[in-house]
Amino acid sequence: MQQARIDLVKKLFKQTLPAVDFASIRYHNDRDDQVAVRQGVLEPLRTGQDEGVMVTVHHRGGVGYAATSELTESGVRTAFERAVAWAERLGKAAVTNFSRIDMPHHRGEFKSPVRKPWESMTLKAKVDLLTDACNRLKRGSEIVDWAAELWHMRTDRLYLTNGGGEIFQSFDRMVPSLVVTANRGPETVTRTFGRMALCRQQGFEILIESGFNAASERIADEALELLAAPNCPEGKMDLLLAPDQMVLQIHESIGHPLELDRILGDERNYAGTSFVTMDMFGKYQYGSPLLNVTFDPSRPEQAASYAFDDEGRPAERQFIIKDGILLRPLGATVSETRADYDGVASARADSWRRPAIDRMSNLNVEPGKEFFDDMVESVEHGVYMQTNCSWSIDDSRNKFQFGCERAQLIENGKLTKVVKKPNYRGISSSFWRSLKAVGNGSTLEVLGTPNCGKGEPNQAITVGHASPPCLFANVDVFGGE
Amino acid sequence: MRQYFFDTADYLKSLLVGDEVYTAYLSGEDSDFCRFNGGRIRQAGSVKQNQLTLRLINGARHAAATVSLAGSKSSDQAALTSIVAELREQLAELPDDPYLMYATEVQSSDSVRASELPDSRDTVAQLVTKSKGLDMVGIFASGSIYRGFANSLGQRNWYACHPFNFDFSLYLRADKAVKSGYAGFHWQDQACDSKLHAAREQLEILKLTPKTIKPGKYRVYLSPAALNEVTDMLAWNGFGLKSHKTKQTSLLRMVDAGASMHESVTMLEHTAAGLSPDFSSAGFKRPAHVHLIERGQYKDCLVSPRSAKEFGVSTNGASEGESPESLEMAPGSIDLAQVPEVLGDGVYINNLWYLNYSDQSACRMTGLTRFASFWVEGGKIEQPLNVMRFDESALRMFGDHLIGLTKEREMIMSSHTYGQRSVSSVHLPGALVKDFSFTL
Repeated sequence: MQQARIDLVKKLFKQTLPAVDFASIRYHNDRDDQVAVRQGVLEPLRTGQDEGVMVTVHHRGGVGYAATSELTESGVRTAFERAVAWAERLGKAAVTNFSRIDMPHHRGEFKSPVRKPWESMTLKAKVDLLTDACNRLKRGSEIVDWAAELWHMRTDRLYLTNGGGEIFQSFDRMVPSLVVTANRGPETVTRTFGRMALCRQQGFEILIESGFNAASERIADEALELLAAPNCPEGKMDLLLAPDQMVLQIHESIGHPLELDRILGDERNYAGTSFVTMDMFGKYQYGSPLLNVTFDPSRPEQAASYAFDDEGRPAERQFIIKDGILLRPLGATVSETRADYDGVASARADSWRRPAIDRMSNLNVEPGKEFFDDMVESVEHGVYMQTNCSWSIDDSRNKFQFGCERAQLIENGKLTKVVKKPNYRGISSSFWRSLKAVGNGSTLEVLGTPNCGKGEPNQAITVGHASPPCLFANVDVFGGE
Repeated sequence: MRQYFFDTADYLKSLLVGDEVYTAYLSGEDSDFCRFNGGRIRQAGSVKQNQLTLRLINGARHAAATVSLAGSKSSDQAALTSIVAELREQLAELPDDPYLMYATEVQSSDSVRASELPDSRDTVAQLVTKSKGLDMVGIFASGSIYRGFANSLGQRNWYACHPFNFDFSLYLRADKAVKSGYAGFHWQDQACDSKLHAAREQLEILKLTPKTIKPGKYRVYLSPAALNEVTDMLAWNGFGLKSHKTKQTSLLRMVDAGASMHESVTMLEHTAAGLSPDFSSAGFKRPAHVHLIERGQYKDCLVSPRSAKEFGVSTNGASEGESPESLEMAPGSIDLAQVPEVLGDGVYINNLWYLNYSDQSACRMTGLTRFASFWVEGGKIEQPLNVMRFDESALRMFGDHLIGLTKEREMIMSSHTYGQRSVSSVHLPGALVKDFSFTL
């Protein structure tokens, strides 16, 4: 971000700051670029440049916010007036006395550790790279659609408070994707790489580290193989989930149910409630003793690493579940004050036009002790599923059903036949207790998704999930029609 | 905002050189939002934003950028000058786009929908009072929404509306709740009261002991709100030409394998009766309606300009995602009041939740009941139902298993606010379905 913009926002904040209990301004300067090649043809380039501020006040017990892209004294002053008017008029009807919340006023900085930035390649070089990856996806006449894409997001944020807080954070994220679709008669299958499960705070180094450059032929061949494969069998069996499915399993059945705003009921009209209640923290057996889950904003390359959340609270690694026992919720300063229970630095907003809410940030399953081959060898009758393609869970985050792109049977300790349209279902509160093996550090993958939806008004945000493959016992598995 | 946008459009033309053409699409709002929990205020605020998507075209090359307008002439003009220069630099590096199609026939329009909205803070204060003693959760959104299109060929389109949308639920305990909503353009206190009253009445039924049913096949009634979740899934990629040509449509078996729906099923994209503007972000005028499914047979696709060029057909002004924005389903012949009687023994589903495909090629989807769903026995609502998961093909729901559709339909204005407030809507009947599979 240009120093001039930082100076301008600081000046505007100083000029317009109202006399209230708490006031903050959060400035965003975002840029995102998408370059995609489909069937060898460059898709229209997408570039977004988004700049604006969100002001928030706590005043006379109430809360008010206002967002504007008018970065002038009159624009920001009007925004503060609107925020104050909300707080003043309706403060007595607020869910809590916002004036009594001890909001953070820290100073600090954060920058994504990018080695090969977006600008280090020319547009032509990016197009050439994607054209090559795209063309290598067309491995037969039954492949009916194929595409390669790079999505880069840069977000610069400045957060100032009336108590002297001043935080500048700069995030660079990249999402590489490959998609290939094959068809035979009434049957269509799609195989992907990256897409919604691979998002990191990295530059072009992500392509080498994730295996993007060598993935085209593999996923195209797998799509063709799936066309000819039988449906996944139905029955109770052991289920080994690859990291690119664990992302979704962690996200939906650990992350969301532990968000404190859901537990407090804020999300009940939209994203839902939670089967978790406040009395469970500190004692509830969430999973088997092999389950260890951390809120970890400190892993440099992970999608949602940061030094401070969007309410200015310093972020640090915390165990959320240890040895299977539920320890603490994903709730930030406002929620933890309302609940009177320690949370984490997880208040986040997806843009300048939305207020911060409780989010899961980086939520990781810590590695266990098993090598992948040893987990396979331990299974007599089971299935290995890869890459999420379908997700559905009830509003309490309990009854779930997830589908994957590809599966392989495990018979007598060996990976055997490929099967298509694998699905499984279960209940969160019992599923994690059936965890019987966790992959070791060598099997861990650092993944994430750029599109987690939640909130009223709605927000879509980037979250990170690192996980090894995990083995679950006696799961209800089935296939397509 | 209208004049500001058109002035900006004139300025953009002054930046062009040679044979360059531009198109510009404005998507803006000046909205108030208030979020409730327990009948009290969790977050309240206002959002003013205007996003301009500018496309610079030279021959068969083009590049676009979306920027947030500041609303002040000098800074916006400076920003746009710099963006045009950046796009021009990009064009030099780009190949010709074989699928470029942009609006060349000038079709200007102007539409401002009348409305009457009280001050949002007054309305919110009233809602707090009305909710006294109720565990009301939800969001109130109100204010202006704008869409505009302009190009250097002289086309100018403007659309403005000023709707409100109070999307709420009343909770009894845990996951037992009634979902409702009141949306429109003219706030009427009495209409809001009657919505709250109706929800409150259903809350009484939720006080009865809930019933848990075993997985299996049941007769069900899907209310318009529940049916909206099913049609939302179909809208995901069911109706677009690209998804048909690349065999990714969930209606593949209708299109390629001779499957059909019940002859009472007719679906159309009815722009003339919906809330969305009749021009697309690419500047193409949309027809009054496009018949997607007629009497159980697949008829027409939604076609974006890009797909039109790629597959050699005409565009019908569909958005890039080729999803309906004003989906309408023809009514049936069952009186809404007779639904429990026709249902006999079965499940009255007011809302569904979190649908996704479990087998996309077979149009089979899974999801859950949510909010107030009831067990009906002998034609009478008997008990609230505990959450059940279903896994069922929409081809069966709307095909052999469809008992009938209701005469009455509901117009549902979308309450979605990702990025900004939506102007999508649906107009749907309720549906009675037999052999509906619950699985968990």
